[in-house]
Amino acid sequence: MQKKEPFFWIMFSTGFIIMAFLVLPMIKMVTAPSCAMLMEVLRDREVTRSIRLSIFTAGSAALISFLFGTPLAYLLARHDFFGKRLVESIIDLPVVIPHPVVGIAILGIAGRDFWLGAIMQELGIRIMGSVTGIITVLTFVGIPFYINAAKSGFEAISPRIEHVSRSLGASMFGTFCRVTFPLAWRSIVVGFVMCMARAISEFGAVVIVAYHPMIAPVMIYERFEGYGLKYSQPVAVWLVTVCLSLFLVLRILTLKTKEDS
Amino acid sequence: MIQIEHLSVEFTGFSLTDIHLTVDEGTFFILMGPTGAGKTVLLEAIAGLIPVSGGTITIGTTDVTRLPPEKRGVGIVYQDYALFDHLDVTHNITYGLRYHGIDKGRSRRNFDRLVEELDLSRLLKRRTNNLSGGERQRVALARALIVEPAILLLDEPLAALDPAFREDIRRALKRLHRESGVTFLMVTHDFAEALSLADRAAVMNGGIIEQTGTIEDIFQRPRSTFVADFVGMKNLFRARFADTSAIVDGLSIELGRTPDNGQRYIAIRPEDIVLSREPHRSSMRNTHTGRVNAIIDHGMYHEVTVAVEHVTFSSLITKRSLLELDIRKDRPIIIAFKATAIHTF
Repeated sequence: MQKKEPFFWIMFSTGFIIMAFLVLPMIKMVTAPSCAMLMEVLRDREVTRSIRLSIFTAGSAALISFLFGTPLAYLLARHDFFGKRLVESIIDLPVVIPHPVVGIAILGIAGRDFWLGAIMQELGIRIMGSVTGIITVLTFVGIPFYINAAKSGFEAISPRIEHVSRSLGASMFGTFCRVTFPLAWRSIVVGFVMCMARAISEFGAVVIVAYHPMIAPVMIYERFEGYGLKYSQPVAVWLVTVCLSLFLVLRILTLKTKEDS
Repeated sequence: MIQIEHLSVEFTGFSLTDIHLTVDEGTFFILMGPTGAGKTVLLEAIAGLIPVSGGTITIGTTDVTRLPPEKRGVGIVYQDYALFDHLDVTHNITYGLRYHGIDKGRSRRNFDRLVEELDLSRLLKRRTNNLSGGERQRVALARALIVEPAILLLDEPLAALDPAFREDIRRALKRLHRESGVTFLMVTHDFAEALSLADRAAVMNGGIIEQTGTIEDIFQRPRSTFVADFVGMKNLFRARFADTSAIVDGLSIELGRTPDNGQRYIAIRPEDIVLSREPHRSSMRNTHTGRVNAIIDHGMYHEVTVAVEHVTFSSLITKRSLLELDIRKDRPIIIAFKATAIHTF
């Protein structure tokens, strides 16, 4: 057997440390609560409601990102225009802003002293302490992940394929629906999953905008603050389980799409 | 028919300038030129895929300059096939039918005819990403022709294929052009393709059309040094004309005719220059003794450069001739060429 180079062992050991760093806390957290505790938490209506709300709000944020982000991602992938770099930087802004700052910024535009906030209040749209507020915040933090993944997907498709479709009689919209979107489908699903994953894990911005109604990360924080680690862990386990199941299903769907194509 | 007048296209760092081109209906027209000449840009401008900054493009009797691609009746086939890999072969071929209002019976007949002509029947249920290059290009051709375009634009359709597939597709193109009556406008770098397929051709360079004409015109009678060089006229000399002779660096070359006023160059194709050991009697008006400068192996042929006084001629000969004539570097050799082989411009 060929002797491994020292560089291989450097790669191997650093990789092992990182894997242990990522996996050990999760294993410890998942195995800490007893089955009885896990079942008891599941019977707690507040917990199930917060997990359902987390899934609903994160899913809504991903759906809004899909609906509004797809045309923008396509525009950025296909067209060069003045200020494109600036637009791309603005899209990445939520990734670098501290999360509580996002919450404060959202509240800033939702207040009555700002024209948009005034209009929203006239229309009966409330951000502070509402599901709408949570979805707004989660969309803000999740949409860069969706747009960037979808944009990469569109960029990977040769414009010539679209040219041929146009020359065969399809309009720009027809080409997008019949050719571009089906070819970029996998990247769009990946973007959707990443956006939802980012949204479901958000805490810092949500806690500023809407402590109540309580999403799961806020519930875990409250349990930790009020009762300690032991009582927050079962809720965290259930949130992780639900998230992993959800993403596993989407991942399988994505892989199937890849194999089909 | 395609009629292009004063067409300009501008990009950062590249432009097509004042393009004039007429392609008659049913013609197989070839666009040639080096990389970066603007051939693909011109095709895409005709197809409406890139915006033009000036001029007009007329197809038939319709000015299509401002029409979107889907309204022009122009099909396009790319070198890299640009197939829809999420669809099978059948759905690729029939993709455009819904937009063209062709009745079902005729669509079916077109489909069956193209499937048969392009030998696609065993591939119909296959995904396109599992096909070979030749098969993919045949699918691309069927997909473009099924909608009965007025014009088919072909952007180096044979360039990415293996030699075996290339001959196959070349024959298919010739047959499809003959049977469909569609105007074909094809970009190629390959002279053999141009010679075997084209009725007429144009040579582009740096965003302008250098010469348009029959394929024989372009190959035998180039009108600029660029075209002469591009079509392989390696013997290209600036000359001074005196009566029926051209004087190149003091060497007198008999033309057998008086050149037109304003002409400054002579060009001779290397295959028209004959090499021999002994002077031989023939109708050739120009016979000179020179010395072999270099022998370059081009595989099928050898290029022999011969210095006659201060002028260097290139001749293409077969390996067999090279051996029979025992041609070696620095040895004397006789070159001969007909006056009719000399092109003046």
